[in-house]
Amino acid sequence: MKIAILGLGAVGRGVAEMVAAKDLGISVTGIADSTSGIINPAGIDIPAILAKKQKQGFCGDKHISAGEVLRKAEYDTLVEVTPTNAVTGEPGLGYIRQAIRQKKHVVTSNKGPIALAYKDLRRLAAKNGVALRHEATVGGAIPIFHMLEHGLAGNEILAIFGVLNGTCNYILTRMSDEGLTYEQALLEAREMGYAEADPTYDVQGIDAAIKLVILANTIWGNGVRLEDVDRTGIDLLTPDALRLADEEDCTIRLIAEAIPKKGLLRVAPRIIEKNHPLVVEGTLNAITIETDMAKEITLIGKGAGSIETASAIIGDLLFIRDCYVKRA
Amino acid sequence: MKLEMKDSPGQLVAALKPISDVGGNIIAVIHQRDPGSTDDILSVQIVLELPKGRLDDLILLLKEQGVHIQRIGEERLMYRRTVIMIGHLMHTDLSDTVDRIDSTGFAEISELSMSMPAVNERSSSRLTIKSITKLDMEKAIGILRTVAREKDLLLIEPMEETS
Repeated sequence: MKIAILGLGAVGRGVAEMVAAKDLGISVTGIADSTSGIINPAGIDIPAILAKKQKQGFCGDKHISAGEVLRKAEYDTLVEVTPTNAVTGEPGLGYIRQAIRQKKHVVTSNKGPIALAYKDLRRLAAKNGVALRHEATVGGAIPIFHMLEHGLAGNEILAIFGVLNGTCNYILTRMSDEGLTYEQALLEAREMGYAEADPTYDVQGIDAAIKLVILANTIWGNGVRLEDVDRTGIDLLTPDALRLADEEDCTIRLIAEAIPKKGLLRVAPRIIEKNHPLVVEGTLNAITIETDMAKEITLIGKGAGSIETASAIIGDLLFIRDCYVKRA
Repeated sequence: MKLEMKDSPGQLVAALKPISDVGGNIIAVIHQRDPGSTDDILSVQIVLELPKGRLDDLILLLKEQGVHIQRIGEERLMYRRTVIMIGHLMHTDLSDTVDRIDSTGFAEISELSMSMPAVNERSSSRLTIKSITKLDMEKAIGILRTVAREKDLLLIEPMEETS
């Protein structure tokens, strides 16, 4: 299978590294970052390109744009891993539409386009007879969509509960374990590289809410949007609140939940018993699915990281190869 | 309730049967024989749930069986959940916050723990709510949600109990 990769940040690099290191039968024929591109129908020399990117800050020819790679490279599947823009979804949204129109399969880790236009993109993909997969958008390495689609096929999904933001979970873990203030824990998270310089997206629950919207749209096709999520962040929590919870053998975690029957779509800090399966440590993510037949199932795993996210993308790629590309 | 009955075969079953007859649900039966006792009287504690208004019927039926009721303790509020509130709790009339639940008649604040770090800083409190039914609990938490919005307090709710 031939793939083109748009975006060469942590996720794109992870995918390229793993495709080069593992014998998966995948060759990369096009790569673009924000300022340059490279096209090679015979297969790109990944280690050389990654070394160049690290040394120069760009990967290819400054005269070749991402759009050109998208249109001119020879590939079956586009790996769209450009940065998330939650407001417009661009540039990822445009790339995805373009690729689908060219009858290419798409695998993405980009939350913006999927949260904003999932229904639309699904319809477009179906019309063009190609696959659109986005395992890496929620829960990092956790194969939540594969589980929902295949392992839990035939189940009615009644509710989802999740710890979907590793930064918040790290801060809350540290506040709970060490009695740190919110400000101290945030500072520590930054030093560890778990929090951005501007942590708003994470600590106000926006990132978790976007992931909840993606889950809800994928499972129920209900067209909910970010504005529909009742959202409270963790930035006003006090160490005393965590201590008060601790006295009852509980703790506080940022929980995303969707229960369609109750009309509930919410991200908020919640009191939760310490032995609850969603109480995970540090930057881990956890998702509980409640269904009619299987009842509750919880998956726990790494919610971020270059290689961890590549795991989800490669899972999608191999699924597409087995279900679509091989047959053709 | 705590019951006394003759220590002979079949007596305990005879004492339990009236409970199901009035539609009650037995939660626990605690029955400890005092080894030093030569009495032929058996003392049993039973924890049970009864439909409203059936307690008098049960008492009558038990008396007919020759069972002596030593003590009846009634716990009206069965459901218990804990919430945490953060903000300027004293300045926003804490007693009014508590009263908004207590005045409902179906729920009450049974415990309140509070910490106030400094005069002008936000304080944190843990409130234990008790209610008659699960639905009443949802209503009570709904009231606190409204109060929190009015008074600009952060309400941290407990996770739902899984069904």
